[in-house]
Amino acid sequence: MAATYFTEDHEWVRVENDIATVGITDHAQDQLGDLVFVQLPDVGQSLSKGDATVVVESVKAASDVYAPLDGEVTEVNEATASDPSLVNSAAASDGWLWKMKLSNPDQLTGLLDEAGYKAIIG
Amino acid sequence: MGTEDNLKQLPLDDLHKAANARFGGFAGWSMPITYPLGVMKEHLHTREKAGLFDISHMQLFDVAGPQAAALLSRACPLDASALQAGQSKYTFFLDDKAGILDDLIVTRLGDEHFMIVANAGNATADEAHLRGVAKDFDCTIDALDRVFLAIQGPQAVNVLRDAGIAGTDLAFMNGFEPKPGWFMSRSGYTGEDGFEIGLPEADARVLVEKLFADERVAWIGLAARDSLRLEAGLCLHGHDITPDYDPVDAGLLWAIAKPVRETAGFIGAAALLAKIATGSAKKRVGLKPDGRQPVRTDAELFDADGNKVGLVTSGGFGPSAGFPVAMGYVSKELSALGSKVFAEVRGNRVPVDIHSLPFTPHRYHKG
Repeated sequence: MAATYFTEDHEWVRVENDIATVGITDHAQDQLGDLVFVQLPDVGQSLSKGDATVVVESVKAASDVYAPLDGEVTEVNEATASDPSLVNSAAASDGWLWKMKLSNPDQLTGLLDEAGYKAIIG
Repeated sequence: MGTEDNLKQLPLDDLHKAANARFGGFAGWSMPITYPLGVMKEHLHTREKAGLFDISHMQLFDVAGPQAAALLSRACPLDASALQAGQSKYTFFLDDKAGILDDLIVTRLGDEHFMIVANAGNATADEAHLRGVAKDFDCTIDALDRVFLAIQGPQAVNVLRDAGIAGTDLAFMNGFEPKPGWFMSRSGYTGEDGFEIGLPEADARVLVEKLFADERVAWIGLAARDSLRLEAGLCLHGHDITPDYDPVDAGLLWAIAKPVRETAGFIGAAALLAKIATGSAKKRVGLKPDGRQPVRTDAELFDADGNKVGLVTSGGFGPSAGFPVAMGYVSKELSALGSKVFAEVRGNRVPVDIHSLPFTPHRYHKG
């Protein structure tokens, strides 16, 4: 069963078994505006929570997307690199950025649930 | 995001709020950065139809009096007495070293009457500078309190004509006063045909309502204004031109007529003439990064051997160009079109071609 978590850095994390899929929230894509460039990590790259993992660039500015948990990248969504607007149009679904195998699932308890995230963005 | 504390509000702030603009600070003003259309569509809308920009942060100076022309010919590298009534000219305030204090549009409105349009970020310094120079001249300087709107794009002229606004027969870089308190010129900073209109707030509210009855018109925010002017190869003062650059470095000598250089009656003339004689070691160029990754302001530029050869002064994505666009300065040896340099972006070196400016052809109405 998949559970969805959120971070204060405006990422969503969908966890199934020990694989997490990560993307930015619809609120985040709305704040960033039209994306023109997405730089994905390498498959196999090991991540520590808080690492700048993906760069998303809008017409105006570049922003980092941080690793929400420790783990190793297992898959990246190349579709977002070839068409960054996919992140704008489907941030929470087809616009996912990468998948990672969690090395420290206990960290999930430090993430927000949907209600907690909604409280943050107001 | 930024704080909105201590930022000045545009007179039409309520209209931008009603249009659901997202605001940000720029040059001390709370400015609409984007509207719900978004920067990409706002940019493309301007190139296809008509974009309406609130540029009331910019400063209009009314200069009048028997020596108004003489003052401007001293303060700017310009022969103001040679301007015809109605003619506008792109020019500068230079310092003694010919560094660019600001870039301006000066329009002659009458024998002894001129209008200056200056950048928001320099408005206070410009006024002090101009008043300082004016001590020796018989004329008055009035910093006007106006709403200032730009309507830009291929449909701008038709929109204004259909709205019954006089002045649509102006040629590009000409201006006049259509009624008391109004100043209108056919000009802009997007590379498109268009108009800029300074007018009292009450009149502006009527005009805006009239313009929005036309579905070809959309509000366009500062983000698209920036991508439009960058594609058009136009300099943003504070970035692409500053007091550290002179018109020779910036490739803007075209704005200073030969007889003006020969007469050399303007502030900064000696330094400028010396610089023309020696030439500049650096040159302002267009920059086209390989691939899709934008190269942004303040990215350093290197040659193939890793020597620092320049700096990006404006960079982003060009929605009409369809690729990242930038401009900046490189050493003269590497400034030829097609030369390759490398921009440092987050520790990587991104190959960048020296590209012609503008990236998107200008479509001004020459009349």
